[in-house]
Amino acid sequence: MEDEGEGVRAVPLAGHVGFDSMPDQLVNKSVNRGFCFNILCVGETGLGKSTLMDTLFNTKFEGEPTQHNQPGVTLKSNTYELQESNVRLKLTVVNTVGFGDQINKEDSYKSIVEFIDAQFEAYLQEELKIKRTLHSYHDTRIHACLYFIAPTGHSLKSLDLVTMKKLDSKVNIIPIVAKSDAIAKSELAKFKIKITSELVSNGVQIYQFPTDDESVAEINSTMNSHLPFAVVGSTEEVKIGNKMVKARQYPWGTVQVENENHCDFVKLREMLIRVNMEDLREQTHTRHYELYRRCKLEEMGFKDTDPDSKPFSLQETYEAKRNEFMGELQKKEEEMRQMFVQRVKEKEAELKEAEKELHEKFDRLKKLHQDEKKKLEDKKKSLDDEVNTFKQKKTAAELLQNQAQQAGGSTTLKRDKERKN
Amino acid sequence: MIERPETAVPSIAQRNLEGYVGFANLPNQVYRKSVKRGFEFTLMVVGESGLGKSTLINSLFLTDLYSKDYPGPSQRIKKTVQVEQSKVLIKEGGVQLTLTIVDTPGFGDAVDNSNCWQPVINYIDSKFEDFLNAESRVNRRSMPDNRVHCCLYFIAPSGHGLKPLDIEFMKRLHDKVNVIPLIAKADTLTPEECQLFKKQIMKEIQEHKIKIYEFPDTEDDEDNKLIRKIKEKMPLAVVGSNVVVEVNGKKVRGRQYPWGVAEEGIFVENGEHCDFTVLRNMLIRTHMQDLKDVTNNVHYENYRSKKLAAVTCNGVDTSKAKGQLTKSPLAQMEEERREHVMKMKKMEAEMEQVFEMKVKEKKQKLKDSEAELERRHEQMKRNLEAQYKELEEKRRVFEDEKANWEAQQRILEQQKLDASKTMEKNKKKGKIF
Repeated sequence: MEDEGEGVRAVPLAGHVGFDSMPDQLVNKSVNRGFCFNILCVGETGLGKSTLMDTLFNTKFEGEPTQHNQPGVTLKSNTYELQESNVRLKLTVVNTVGFGDQINKEDSYKSIVEFIDAQFEAYLQEELKIKRTLHSYHDTRIHACLYFIAPTGHSLKSLDLVTMKKLDSKVNIIPIVAKSDAIAKSELAKFKIKITSELVSNGVQIYQFPTDDESVAEINSTMNSHLPFAVVGSTEEVKIGNKMVKARQYPWGTVQVENENHCDFVKLREMLIRVNMEDLREQTHTRHYELYRRCKLEEMGFKDTDPDSKPFSLQETYEAKRNEFMGELQKKEEEMRQMFVQRVKEKEAELKEAEKELHEKFDRLKKLHQDEKKKLEDKKKSLDDEVNTFKQKKTAAELLQNQAQQAGGSTTLKRDKERKN
Repeated sequence: MIERPETAVPSIAQRNLEGYVGFANLPNQVYRKSVKRGFEFTLMVVGESGLGKSTLINSLFLTDLYSKDYPGPSQRIKKTVQVEQSKVLIKEGGVQLTLTIVDTPGFGDAVDNSNCWQPVINYIDSKFEDFLNAESRVNRRSMPDNRVHCCLYFIAPSGHGLKPLDIEFMKRLHDKVNVIPLIAKADTLTPEECQLFKKQIMKEIQEHKIKIYEFPDTEDDEDNKLIRKIKEKMPLAVVGSNVVVEVNGKKVRGRQYPWGVAEEGIFVENGEHCDFTVLRNMLIRTHMQDLKDVTNNVHYENYRSKKLAAVTCNGVDTSKAKGQLTKSPLAQMEEERREHVMKMKKMEAEMEQVFEMKVKEKKQKLKDSEAELERRHEQMKRNLEAQYKELEEKRRVFEDEKANWEAQQRILEQQKLDASKTMEKNKKKGKIF
């Protein structure tokens, strides 16, 4: 990218060209498009959040007063269309319901952080789409967080510190002391100082009204010193002198909301709406959102430069991601296949083993059988031998007998012959 | 004509304000911030040499952008089409404008002008690419907007119609940048010729479906009337002059001819001399912001979605990929991953099934084999047993026979013995007579 600062020469104009209407052109476009602003009110039940919103915007917003028995912290958001002269404002008011009501408040801040992140995420998703319509996107990111501090007069509660610490890098925090008509003037100053010092010592970054623009630098820096604003809200009107003013009437006097001696309501309205609304939006977009986006992208593995510090182009990044992704998928597939191949091998080996055993078993049996057969053969043979031997004996004996008979016959003949003689 | 993106109409609760709140001050806040930030604008001029581009730029901005110290491209001889940019900072009424003029010397000057638009397209695309990369970085810092917001296309005052080169160029660029065609050196045409020329050009533009920059309608009827008048004058015919001459006691910028002075700056109802003032009013005083917005919301988004679609849907037919364009490339990958997981599950189940089946088969075979062997073994055993029995029987028979014979023999033996004993006795008794 070229560095513009030094290389651009300034040239004088010989007359009125007319581009000094650019800011007006821009403003006209913005007015035509309409503006949008989103406020988040964080504070315990009963601190007058809804009433303050109604007072700030001179209207009645939704909402029933909530009970203290909520099981957790939920966020309720309502969007309204307001118009003042030719300026249209789409205002979203988000309320924390049930904040500080639970016995265990450890997780109270979580739903708030999740809500804020969800709005960032929605914007990020829109920004990352291939076909996107950013210019007509309804921006739901929280531009200002009014943190309501209970008017104890002593110090911040630990819930407040923990919550604000978790939110300060995600949203512009404007701390206010709610229902400040409960605190005496002398205590109020001390209370403010205590709160500010606690915030500083805990490293909580609250929103500072910008002092870089000369036209508003002075008023902003004065107001910065009045933080946190001690406010009173009221939608009821009381007659003071010959005017009807918004006030809270007590037996001992009337607290006028718009009287700067009574409370800082006017200061809050001035700062929040009339002077710095645009800056709040800008800070949300250029600081808080960018931080969220950067963390999210880094989480997903995106980098701006490769290990050799050469900048990536978007295409390279996406392609690299995609290749990595495809490679991963393929690897998974391969792994699964391999696993199966392994199993098949194992099972085959198993079955082969079984087969082998079976064959061995039968070989053994076969051998036994062979042995038996041999034994049988032997026995047969021996029997046959015996039979033969016997037959021989028998034949020999019979032969002898025959001979003996013949001989006996001849002997008898001989005797007979001798007798004759 | 270029499409204008629509804004969504919300259905949200209305509330009436019962008193002054103060957000009507928002426009002032926006005004303040924009002045502090300063403005940027990039203007491109395209046309053949000698059509008065540099002069017109100097006239438009009432400055010597191209002066002796910084000679414009027209002073230099070019062989090929170059794209050159000059950046200046101008201030007026507290408003700072960083103006970048992009010139294209050599355009249309060659004998063969095929592809002379390519360097121009490349330049515009490279600026889009720079912006896209800056926008897509993880660490984003302030992104200077160097994209080309407007392209003034100079048409030579032939009086006849558009040249093929004009048509070709505008067709190729109307999707990338806001094209505003101008008739250059209008002082060579008579008003009537100019009118005819304009009509002819607009007709040809429509015929070729060229999308030139369109002025948006506003909500104000008065403004709309003016806008319609301007539209009727399109394309604007201009005369540029760096010289101030005196006419009727008044100093004007104009070109002095023997027959008179063609004035630049007078805006007459019937548009006598030229439309220069109209051009300046439109380009700078009323529509500069809109030109930037259309560049950002339409041309840049076109470029971006094409670029990203190419990355994610590699090789995929774009008509099929239409449904995928509503997601970011990352969401696309997420979905692909989910699909893949399902596919893998299915594949795994199938493989598992096949595996089980094969195992069952094999086991069955083994069983059958075992049974067969068993059977055979049994048979052989029985066979053997039968043989044994036979043998036993044979032996028994033999034994019996043997026993009998032996018994017989013994009797015979006994007889013999007895006979021989008797003979002995007889022999002893006397001789046998």
